Amino acid sequence: MNHDIRSANRRSTVLWVLLLAATVFTWAVGEGGSGGAAIAALLLGVAALKGAAVILDFMALARAPLLWQLITLGWLVLVCALIGLAYWKGMP
Amino acid sequence: MRAACPPLPAPRTPPTLAGDLAIWIFILAELLAFGVFFIAYAFARANNPELFAAEQLALNRDAGAINTLLLLTASYFVVRAVHAAEAGQSRHGARWLVAALGCAAGFVAIKIGEYAAAFSAGISLSSSTFHMFYLSLTFFHFMHVLLGMVILGALWLNARRGLYGPHNMNGIESGAAYWHMVDLVWLILFPLVYVIR
Repeated sequence: MNHDIRSANRRSTVLWVLLLAATVFTWAVGEGGSGGAAIAALLLGVAALKGAAVILDFMALARAPLLWQLITLGWLVLVCALIGLAYWKGMP
Repeated sequence: MRAACPPLPAPRTPPTLAGDLAIWIFILAELLAFGVFFIAYAFARANNPELFAAEQLALNRDAGAINTLLLLTASYFVVRAVHAAEAGQSRHGARWLVAALGCAAGFVAIKIGEYAAAFSAGISLSSSTFHMFYLSLTFFHFMHVLLGMVILGALWLNARRGLYGPHNMNGIESGAAYWHMVDLVWLILFPLVYVIR
């Protein structure tokens, strides 16, 4: 049991560091001043990956029934996809 | 000489939801509300991308990014508190919860600073469509951070009394799930409102 918890701690620590790094990446892209469809898609993709990590590991939904994984990850994918669609619609 | 027995495989537990079903129904309702709000922002922006881009540029992206780091770190500390409780170390978990509350308080302080700067610059809900969304979306989230802090405070009181353990995880897992939801929606809010132009 304690071995399981130690390995769960290690996994969450690695994810936390990756999430921090992804946030700094998003901030740096914003500071770079670039815009456009490709950048919007990239940043939405990064946000979706970060969200999936929080859902599956931090919220422990990786150990939940499939239905709950589908609902939460489905929400994430749908929201990011519709935001992407709206940005594409608003492109000059 | 006896042959060494291979270790028995660990019994597989059936998939279960961490926390109470009621909190998860509540979380789904919250995700739905934030999702609709985000999509409404994105489609409103599509009608006037130039105005949104110009006003977005004036936001304090450093504050937004630091607040993202604070929420993620608070979430990680909450995970450590849950793991500590699972290992039967509830009081040790209480210390992780204090650290999480510290990060949440940092988020609140930075956000209040952002609002103070916006109001002193004469920005209000009626300044523009962008500012209407910026203020209402971030304030809606801000209220959730405050409620999350109350929940983390309650978990801390219980954890320091040694209440949580491998056989009593429901309360701490439910509170943790709510806090992670507050973090999760900010992970979309930050790039959406502060960065993507």
